[in-house]
Amino acid sequence: MQSSVTTTNGAIASEYQEAPTEQHGHADYRMLGLVFFLVAETMIFMGLFAAFVIYKVTVPDFTKELELLVPTINSVILVSSSFVMHKGQSAIKNDDVKGLQLWFGLTALMGAVFLGGQVFEYSNMEFGLTEHLFGSCFYVLTGFHGLHVTAGLLFTLAVLWRSREAGHYSSSSHFGVEAAELYWHFVDVVWLVLFLLVYLL
Amino acid sequence: MSDATIHHGGDRKWTDYFTFCTDHKVIGIQYLVTSFLFYFVGGALAEVVRTELATPDPDFVSPEVYNQLFTMHGTIMIFLWIVPAGAAFANYLIPLMIGADDMAFPRLNAVAFWMQPVGGILLISSFFVGAPQAGWTSYPPLSLISGKWGEELWILCLLILGTASILGAINFVTTIFKMRIPDMDIHSMPLFCWAMLATSALILLSTPVLAAALILLSFDLMAGTAFFNPTGGGDPIVYQHLFWFYSHPAVYIMVLPFFGVISEVLPVHSRKPIFGYRAIAYSGLAISFLGLIVWAHHMFTSGTPGWLRMFFMATTMLVAVPTGIKIFSWCATLWGGKLQLNAALLFAIGFLSSFLMGGLTGVMLAAAPFDIHVHDTYFVVGHFHYVLFGGSVFALFSGVYHWYPKVTGKMYDEIWGKIHFVMTFVGFNMTFLPMHYLGMQGMNRRIALYDPQYQGINQICTWGSYILALSTLPFLVSMALGLIKGKVAGRNPWRALTLEWQTTSPPEIENFEEMPVLWAGPYEYGIDTESEDGDEDIEDMLTEVANVG
Ligand code: HEM
Ligand SMILES: [Cu+2]
Repeated sequence: MQSSVTTTNGAIASEYQEAPTEQHGHADYRMLGLVFFLVAETMIFMGLFAAFVIYKVTVPDFTKELELLVPTINSVILVSSSFVMHKGQSAIKNDDVKGLQLWFGLTALMGAVFLGGQVFEYSNMEFGLTEHLFGSCFYVLTGFHGLHVTAGLLFTLAVLWRSREAGHYSSSSHFGVEAAELYWHFVDVVWLVLFLLVYLL
Repeated sequence: MSDATIHHGGDRKWTDYFTFCTDHKVIGIQYLVTSFLFYFVGGALAEVVRTELATPDPDFVSPEVYNQLFTMHGTIMIFLWIVPAGAAFANYLIPLMIGADDMAFPRLNAVAFWMQPVGGILLISSFFVGAPQAGWTSYPPLSLISGKWGEELWILCLLILGTASILGAINFVTTIFKMRIPDMDIHSMPLFCWAMLATSALILLSTPVLAAALILLSFDLMAGTAFFNPTGGGDPIVYQHLFWFYSHPAVYIMVLPFFGVISEVLPVHSRKPIFGYRAIAYSGLAISFLGLIVWAHHMFTSGTPGWLRMFFMATTMLVAVPTGIKIFSWCATLWGGKLQLNAALLFAIGFLSSFLMGGLTGVMLAAAPFDIHVHDTYFVVGHFHYVLFGGSVFALFSGVYHWYPKVTGKMYDEIWGKIHFVMTFVGFNMTFLPMHYLGMQGMNRRIALYDPQYQGINQICTWGSYILALSTLPFLVSMALGLIKGKVAGRNPWRALTLEWQTTSPPEIENFEEMPVLWAGPYEYGIDTESEDGDEDIEDMLTEVANVG
């Protein structure tokens, strides 16, 4: 078989044997995987939001007033944390490891404050999970998002830990940093949509 | 490549198949064997259902058990048989077809596989706490009032299997986009890979929406919310929308991989280039797109307003266009070919005829007035078995026979394979064809007790289903005989042009000793047999390849 391939396709065969064979170890395909994962995540939220919107449109007296102070502060914190995190990513691109740790640490702190705010908000709520349809939607939607913030927070802490303890990440290798950031931005954007739908409209 | 490497090709201990192994070939086999086990379970449940329906009275099993049986049958057949079987083919074939050494995310791949037995065991264990009874669609409010724990296990099973299928899809698309050998551009990629691109896109966009529905359903069931419970102000129709936003595309998740299989089998066994490569490739994507916007044709009787019904009716019928393009391309591929009527091609032809029938009754059902007439009758049961059994399962068997020599290194037993085909084809048509008539006469689905006027035809169906069940035996015999005393297959017994046939059979652990070389386009059979510059022609080269082995 070997011989027949080389006689018919000899030129092609030798040409491609020299092509790079390493197919693993590139950050770009891992990033692609993460993007596809986020597409799937987006669709879960779309499903939940769609249900919410249908109720809002079709169920009489569906909407209930919500206290806006805490969630507004929370929104500001979460959105700014996205910018803070981005500074961390820029830092590592310049091999500024301290910068990465500083900004990612701050992001984690802000994420934790957001979650704390949510717990505070829950504890002062006038309705429970099963009181009415709006209440059910409120807790399930914000709760599911809160789970995602928690995941993003753990992701950020993992990057921080790996940078401090294992000395990972540099200007040439920082996939974990970018992945954590992309995930955090995603959680952020979802929050903005949720805030608009559930609190403001 | 010396003889030594050929000998060592595919060295795997049998115990590897019971471990967390990250080799895509092992995972492919793990998926296939697991899904076949569930196929036998699901099939056994169907036989009990059919036995019950042989007489009009619910005398064989109680109505309650009957409900559990068809619910479990449908759920197992869809989520534990046909969807994972598609993943089995994709896992085994994609890296080989594109010349890669493994999937992009091997460990993720193994995780996704091991979620199958976990989900399956959860589902089957629901028999001990009162299996779900609300059908595989699990419509509330019915699903909220029958068997709480069984229903919850059903939900958990589906969430786990759905996650696995999403992880698989991420892996397939990333692998296809990033790991092809450098000279394979997207238009010289085998059509099976195109089919998996379309399938994965659907999985990524629709499966998560099912997850959303299941999360809400689970809250209703366990936490006392009322998202879908009308007595608490909720709306069961919302569930139907979310459910069918997944489950209509799901029928394409179940058939598209096997469309891909057919596109591989037909040209090889008819020695002809595939007709309309790009038409087949793009029509798959078109089917995916249309599949995402037609879900409410399942809800024509759910109080959908008339103008909306018109929209869903029209878009649903549009799906017939890309599907028709595929069918015509396949027929044109066969036309005038040198057909090798072995079990692989027979099943492929069986697929074509049965799927055509399923597609035609599908267009009938897309017409709202007709659908309202036969909604939830045996016409629907007949229709979707022509699509799922006649479509997916026939093509699946075709693929199993086609790649058997590659996977095992041996040839299957042709005689038993043919007996398998004949019994399956006869049994299948005898079981499901009469159901259309039953449905038009008004026999409801999901009932253990029916009007005696339907008994005669039901008995034909039941006898047909016994033949169908027995047809599994010649299949197993053919497979086993192949393993025990099958002829050694060599690298390329079918003289096929896709890359997986360039490596040893079974492929060695690293897939290829050296990077494989594109001989020609994947389907250029019969053309270029007399190349002008006097080079050895491809056909001859392939004959030589076949003789190496
Ligand atoms: C051995 C071959 C099979 C037989 C005899 C069979 C028989 C049946 C029957 C009689 C029903 C209707 C039960 C009822 O509505 O009361 C049914 C339902 C169903 N079957 Fe099959 N079937 C077979 C194979 C398959 C396969 C291969 C698939 C899918 C890949 C499948 C998927 C389904 C589904 C989704 C339902 C609907 C269940 C529900 O309504 O909840 N079946 N089958
Ligand atoms: Cu549909």
